[in-house]
Order: sequence, then C-alpha cells, then structure tokens
Amino acid sequence: MLSIVKGLWIVFLHMFRRRVTVQYPEQKPYLAPRWRGRIILSRINGEERCVACYLCAVACPVDCIALQATEDESGRRFPEWFRINFSRCIFCGFCEEACPTYAIQLTPDFEMGEYVRQNLVYEKEDLLIAGPGKYAGYDFYRVAGLAIGGKDKGEGENEAPPRDVRTLLP
Amino acid sequence: MAKIIVNEREYEVRDGQNMLQAALSVGLDLPYFCWHPAMGSIGACRQCAVRLFRDANDTRGKLAMACMTPANDGTRISIDDAEARDFRASVIEWLMASHPHDCPVCDEGGECHLQDMTVMTGHNYRRYSGRKRTFRNQDLGPLVNHEMNRCIQCYRCVRFYRDYADGRDFDVFGIRNQVYYGRQFDGVLESEFSGNLVEICPTGVFTDKTLKGHYTRKWDLQTAPSVCVHCGVGCNTIPGERYGALRRIYNRYNGEVNGYFICDRGRFGYEFVNGARRLHHARVRTERGAEAAPADSDEALRLAATLLGKAKRVIGIGSPRASLEANFALRTLVGEGNFYAGVSEKEWRLARLALDIMQGSPAKAASLADVARADAALVRGEDVTQTAPMLALALRQSVRQAPLRKAAKLRIPDWDAAGVRNAVQEEKGPLYIASTFGTRLDDAAKRTYRAPPDDIARLGFAVAHALDASSPPVPVLPANARPLVGEIVDALTGAEEPVVLSGGCGSEAVLRAAANVAMALCRKGHPARLCLTAPECNSTGLALLGGEGLEPAFGAVTSGEADAVIILENDLYRRAGAAAVDAFLEEVGSVVVIDHTDGETAARAGVVLPAATFAESDGVFVNNEGRAQRFYSVMTPRGDVRESWRWLRDLALAAGRADVEAWATVEDVDRALAAAMPIFAPLPEIAPPAGFRIAGQRIARQPGRYSGRTAITANVSVHETPPPEDTDSPLVFSMEGYQGQPPSALIPRFWAPGWNSVQALNKFQEEIGGPLRGGDPGRRLVEPAEDAAADYFADVPRHGEPSAGNYLFVPAHHIFGSEELSALAPGIARLAPRPYAGLSPDDARGASLAEANEVEVSVGGWSGRLPVRIIDTLPPGMVALPVGFAGRGPLELPAWGELRNPRDGRGQAQ
Repeated sequence: MLSIVKGLWIVFLHMFRRRVTVQYPEQKPYLAPRWRGRIILSRINGEERCVACYLCAVACPVDCIALQATEDESGRRFPEWFRINFSRCIFCGFCEEACPTYAIQLTPDFEMGEYVRQNLVYEKEDLLIAGPGKYAGYDFYRVAGLAIGGKDKGEGENEAPPRDVRTLLP
Repeated sequence: MAKIIVNEREYEVRDGQNMLQAALSVGLDLPYFCWHPAMGSIGACRQCAVRLFRDANDTRGKLAMACMTPANDGTRISIDDAEARDFRASVIEWLMASHPHDCPVCDEGGECHLQDMTVMTGHNYRRYSGRKRTFRNQDLGPLVNHEMNRCIQCYRCVRFYRDYADGRDFDVFGIRNQVYYGRQFDGVLESEFSGNLVEICPTGVFTDKTLKGHYTRKWDLQTAPSVCVHCGVGCNTIPGERYGALRRIYNRYNGEVNGYFICDRGRFGYEFVNGARRLHHARVRTERGAEAAPADSDEALRLAATLLGKAKRVIGIGSPRASLEANFALRTLVGEGNFYAGVSEKEWRLARLALDIMQGSPAKAASLADVARADAALVRGEDVTQTAPMLALALRQSVRQAPLRKAAKLRIPDWDAAGVRNAVQEEKGPLYIASTFGTRLDDAAKRTYRAPPDDIARLGFAVAHALDASSPPVPVLPANARPLVGEIVDALTGAEEPVVLSGGCGSEAVLRAAANVAMALCRKGHPARLCLTAPECNSTGLALLGGEGLEPAFGAVTSGEADAVIILENDLYRRAGAAAVDAFLEEVGSVVVIDHTDGETAARAGVVLPAATFAESDGVFVNNEGRAQRFYSVMTPRGDVRESWRWLRDLALAAGRADVEAWATVEDVDRALAAAMPIFAPLPEIAPPAGFRIAGQRIARQPGRYSGRTAITANVSVHETPPPEDTDSPLVFSMEGYQGQPPSALIPRFWAPGWNSVQALNKFQEEIGGPLRGGDPGRRLVEPAEDAAADYFADVPRHGEPSAGNYLFVPAHHIFGSEELSALAPGIARLAPRPYAGLSPDDARGASLAEANEVEVSVGGWSGRLPVRIIDTLPPGMVALPVGFAGRGPLELPAWGELRNPRDGRGQAQ
C-alpha cells in the first residue's frame, strides 16, 4: 500500500520537472556537424572530389557501396556511377574515414524514411552536392603527382618541375 | 641441405640459395625490391638488410644485404635486429621521399609491393619537407601505361626487359635522382613480353592500360584458376571479373609451364569475352534465306532437335579452341564415325603426326621449364615468338644455361645476376634456328638457316644422319647448310640437356626431321627432349580424341550422306577456303552452330546457340606437351549462354539419348571420357573433385575484402539474390569460403597476409622458384612409349626447285592478329599488322616493286591484291603471307603460287 502511494508521489513530482520531449518534427533537434547521417559526395572548385579509389567500398562493413571508376580525356579519374544502398547502411562512418579526398561525408540529416525500400538506393546524382561539405580547401589533385587537365606535371603542391632526362648537367 | 640460423632459430634450406630466398622460403617476412626470383639479386635497393653474424660467439655482427649473402651451412642472421630494422625503415623513407601522393588514383593500389613493404617496415609519415621530383610520362602503346613519378628506381623493369626478355627499345636513362626508365622516344614497346612489366614493377609505374579502361581493384576481382586460350602452350592464368565483365588477366605461376611470366597476347587478349561480337542469346532461322531472329533457349533447342531429328546423318565438327569436354560431348552426340576435327586438312595431319611422334619417340616432351633449362636448342620451322611466345622466352633463358655453367665453375652462384653477367659477358649458349625467314628470336641464336620448309627438313634429316648413321641420309644438301650440320651435331652432343623444338610451318617433313634428330640423340645416349608446338589451346586434346579432318566432313555432305551438321566453337571460314565452306554450308540442310563469338559461319546457321568462353566454363585443355590442365569458370554467363557441353547434352537429351542422362556436371563428362578412351583415364584426378572442401568450405572466388555485395545489383532490386550455384567445381562464387591456401590446381589468386601484391606467390611455393605447394597442377597424358622401338622417318623430301613464275608462299605468323580470339581485343587489334605480301629484296627489285606497292597474288585458289612488304631475311623465290588476317586468306600454306605486278601487266619470272 505504502509503496503504491510512494510511486504515485514520484509520478506527481515529475509533473513539475522540465519537459525533455522534443516536439519533432515541428521542433528540429540540434545535430553536430560530425553527426553521422545521410551520406553525400562533395565537390571542390566545382569538380567532383571523388576519385573512385574504391576505399569507401572496401571499408564498408555491410558492403552497401558500389561504384565504377572511369577517366576523362585528361586523365582525371572519377566514378562513372556510384551507388549506396541506404537500406543496408549502418551509418558507421568508416567510408568517410577511409576517403583520402574528403569526397564522401556523412551529414547531420537522418530524415530518409521511405515506404518503399527500393527508394533507399541512392545513385551518384542523388549523392552529389554542390560544395565541399564539412571540409573546405582540400583538393586531392593539387597534391597528387598525376597530371590532369589544368594541372601539368610539376605543378602540384610541393613538386619540382619535371626533370629533363636528356640533359648531361648534374 | 644447409642449416641456417635466423633470429636464433634453425632452419633447413636447399643449398645454393641466398639468405633472402632462404628466409622467404621458410616463411619469414623480409622486405625487398630489386631481387626477383627469376632474375636473381643485384643488391641495389638495400631493403633486405639484416645483421649477419660470423658464428654463435659473434654478438656484434654486421649489417649485410640478405640477397647477396649465400645461405651456406651455419650462416647466422638476425632479421629482428633493431639496427637492421632501423636501416630498412630509413631506406623506405628515402624511397618514399619523392613518391607521389597517388595511391587513390594509382592502379597498383591494393596490390602494391611498395605499399606492402612500407607497411612491413613501419614507415608511415613523410618527414622530408623538400619538393618531390617529377617526370614526364611516355606513351608506350595501347597495352602498358607509364607513370614515371611513382618510380623508386629498383631497376627491375630494365632487368626484366633487357636482361631477361632481351628487349632493346627500353632502358634506363639519366643520373642521380633523375634516373628515368623508358624508351628513347614515345612509342609502342617492341617486346612481346612487355605486359610483364605490370607485375614486375613493385609500384605503379607500369600498369595495365586495358584494365584502366574498366578499372577494378584486386580486392574486388572475382578470380579463379584458368588456362590461356591464345596459343598451344597453355600458360596458367588468373582472369579477374567484376560486374559481369572480364577485367584483366594475371599470370598464375606454374613451375613446369609458365613460371613468373606470360606473353602480351595472353595478358591482353581477354577482351573478346566482353566484345561486341559475343553471342548472348540464341538465334534461329526458320526458313532458308530468312532473317535470323533471336529466340529463347528452349525454342532454339527444340528447333535444333527437330532439325537434327529429321536428318539422315548428322555430322559434328569439333574445335581446337573448345574444351575436351565440349568436343567429347559432340563426339558422343553424333557418334564416333561422324565426328570431325574442325581444322584444315594440313593442320590435322600435322597435329596427328605430332602426336604420333610424341607417343613413338624415345625423347620426352619438353615442358616450358625444360626448354628454359636446356643448354642447347635446335629450333626448326617456326617463329616461335609469334606462334608460342612463351617458348621463345624460355629459349632466351636456355641460351644462358651454358654460360651459367661456366660462371658456376668460377664459383659464382646463379642468383648473383651482376656477377654472372660480368663473368659471361655477351656469351651465349648454342641455339640454332632454321626457319623460312628471319624470326624475332634470331638475335639470341648462334647461327640461323633460312630456307624453304623442305630444305629445313633436309637439314634436320642430315643432322639426324650425322648423329646416327642408321637414320636416312640426305643425298644433296645446299651449300650453306653443309657446315651447319657438323656444328649443330657438336652442340647437341656436347650439351647435357639438349632440346629439339619444332613448329610445323605447314610441313610434315619438318616435324619428321625434328623427330629423327631427337630420336638419334636419344639412341646415342644424349637424353634429348622434344618440343613440338601446337597451333591452338586444345589442338593436342583434339588430336587425342581422334577422328578425321575437315575435308572428309565436306565430302560426307557432298556425297549426300550427311544433311545436318553441328559446328562447335568454330568459324569454318578460318579453316578452309571460302568457296569450299560456302558450298558446304549451302549443301548441308541444317546447320547448328554452338559458339561464343559471332562469325561468318554463325551468320549462315539455322540455329545458333550461345556458348560460354573459357571465362564462363569449366573444362580441360591439353597443351602442346600433352599436359592436361583444368580451367575454372571465373564468372557466371550473361543471357542464355551455356557451356558448350551442356548445349550438346541438352540436344542429346532432346533426341532421347539415355547415355547422357547422368551428365549433370563437367566431372560426369570427364568420367565418361576417361571410361571411353584410356588415354584420358587420369582426367578425373588432375584436380580435386567438386566435392572437395577445406574445413567444410568451398574455395572462395572472391577475396575476403570483396566490396559492394549489397549495392551492386541494388539498382535492379534492393533484395539481394543468393550467389549463383556452382556444381562443377569446389569453388564458390562468393567471398564466403576458404580464403587460405588451397591445393595448387585451385589457387584463385596469390594473396597472403601482409603480401597484397603478386609477390605473395612466395608463400605459395614449396621453395622460392620451385613448384607450388603440393606440386604444380596439370598432368601429362602423353608419354613416350616404353620400348620406343619406332623407326626413323625415311621420307626425306627432295630439294624443290621453283618453276618459272612460281613462288613458294609461306605463312608469316604474328603474335598480334594471327590468333582468332585475341585479335578481337581492341588493344591487340591496334597492334596487328595489315595484310601484306612479304617479298625478298631481290624479288621485289626483279618485279620492280617497292615497299607498299600493290601486288597481285594468286595462290591455292585465292587471289587478291596486297601491299608489298620487303623482308630482308626472306630467301628469293618465297613470299610470306600473314596468317589469320581477315580470315579469308589462302590457308594451306606453304603452297606454290603466282605473283604479278599489276602495273606492268606481265608475270614475273625470277
């Protein structure tokens, strides 16, 4: 008897505590930029950052990323197609950690619910965004040794001009 | 055996190795770059530094390069020594100072020896803040890509290209930190083995350009053990598949066949599998002359069965590029008497003769490894670089054997590459080449002899007679051949392991003469080996199955006996003259073609059934030495494609045949074949059976890191399908299976913990450079007869004098273009020469023809105009015509024909 009254009393006291329930979706919660939600592919200076290295795909523990690499005439590599099956994704963020170019990033967005599971399969068009996402400033091709359109050999960061192998001078 | 002590533990190793080899052989990890098991040590990269102790009491020791330290009895080293460890780490750090930040866009990434070694030594951060040196790349042609920034100057590429493969157009240039590997100018690499640079290069300087077009990492490739289909040597390969397309071919080590290397035709010829001419669906033509229409497989099968059911007599035409099982299934379906080998009459006679020689001669057949080990070689008839390229590479190693023995006398171990080179300089062992005109191997030969096939044969008979007087004599020998006979005899009798190698060059006499030479050597107590080339991947297998050639097949139709034909994986227009094939296909009522690639024959068929290529099927090929080798499907076929033997079984079942009811898997066919023909009795035992399991698991075709399983087909359906069933082999189309080392016949890829690159092979061998663990795969079916009482061939050909206005047309083979399937690969097609008529300079002058002029050619019922190519090494009176171009050339070469300069309107006598 006493324990029931005690319980009721505690419930009664809770009526005067501060409310913690968030009125989602009218009220949006704050999510930190590092929050691991919907995955995007970013761009830098208008160009796709993804170089189709397959590291995100191999890092993915549920194998939900598949892509195919291709190259433009200038030798710049990019994904011909890029697919994430979000119905399998566990939002672990390994892909972002593996990405050597900051191309693939997880965003603070979790509102991806669908009635049809098939709609959770995102293609490259669905993933690409216009800007650099969380990490501005890093352009992989500036530091890579590969010559691509607009950047010749020796024009990368910290690179000496190409050697003239025909010279006899030391 | 020597007892060595590594890290204070004793190991037993074979004598005559170096410490790096020995350490790797016993399973220890030691980083290295410049050493390669096939090319020896030069001690250049300083990466394999270890601490070497004088004896058990020596506690200080000294740093030494393991690859330059002989593994003598009692040699004591420490790999774990702290100073040696630091030394190795700093070497890597120097190498990486200028290495570009390329791994994500580098095709080597994930299977990079430099990555592996960097991880192994523990270097992980670039401390050097200076600028990285850069280089411009070269365009090396359609097969190999060049990215010079990534180079770590290990010299492996030049050592392979120049020292091992004797290439001349690639070298190292420059000094200090601008050492550059490339050609003098941009251009296609000339060596037929340039593709091996892809595997030789420890990093991504040389990568596969055909792979670049559909790039996939090693960890994403579904692979299975396979056998090359582009010539008769039967090199072992590892094809890789991704998203339903074949992506690349890598070498699969087999100590007895292709050690560490394969040729460019084998490596880059695979793209026919993905080609536009692949057949994916059945096609039927209900009425003669009507358009062929696509059909589903049941309908096509029903129609084919009806056509065959109505026929009086059905004949089957087999194929040297189809597996044993497919050919046997056809033979079973049509009956032994109705089975014809689908090769030209001349080729069939040669193949049967080669087989008779191999079975009757006391000389054992030589494997590729035997040829490379030989210390004297006589090559007859063919330009092996063009017809069986890996044989040429083996012969290039054989000329090093005699000098190597000399170096061994100076107590220089064979792995000391620089020491051996200094000792022997430019010296070469005896290699004699008799051919119709200059070959790509001539630079390695001691002496060459160029003559028409009959004279090549006569030289052989003369050598045999000089060796053993009981063999038939040659009455008159051309003056330029006489001094050669004695020299060749001396070289062959002076050698410990002589080998006689012969290609047909279209002449039976050449083969017979080679057989006589080998037999004479054996009778005189010199255990010679005999190596006869085979034109296609299963030519020998087809010859073992027996039957008759194509002409009797045509005859059976012309006589009205047969009115239906099943053509298995064969384009008849490449086998016989167009007019004959036209007439044959016209006359025979019903034509059923089973093939994987569309061609002229398939275009005329009533029913076309889409067959699987080597990449989608399981089966056995028999190579030129008679070695039966099993290949496994790498991928599941698209569309309605089925393996040829399954189509044939289904046809037989539709016809109500009971004997094939039990044929559920390829093993059932093998068992039936083994029961039907005793020569094939070992067939079921050449590889583990389909029920073979390791720890209850099948062998995984996909590596453990295979990615994208739940996304690859998600665009079609988000619900994943189970992996395809494989009832034919112990392999599985999944990553869920055994990932360790399977038996040697089932190795799907070379990969070991810490060794992602092809160098992981070290872990799969019993000892470095030796056989794979458990023995090399494949089994030789053809062995020489025990008594070997066979007689010498007696029919010495007469010296053929050309009649006026007549030229002897001889075949000119080309590595790129002469072979049917590889010629469909775009990269190979780009390198294939255009059709031409090769003339000697004298004949060209006589007919007032210059290079690229048009000339009218008429030979063997074929005539046409071809541009002239002047071949300096061609003897006068002969014309060389490339083989296999356009498929409609004259086929039965050598043959006599005529040549006319269309501008002066008169025939040219010589």
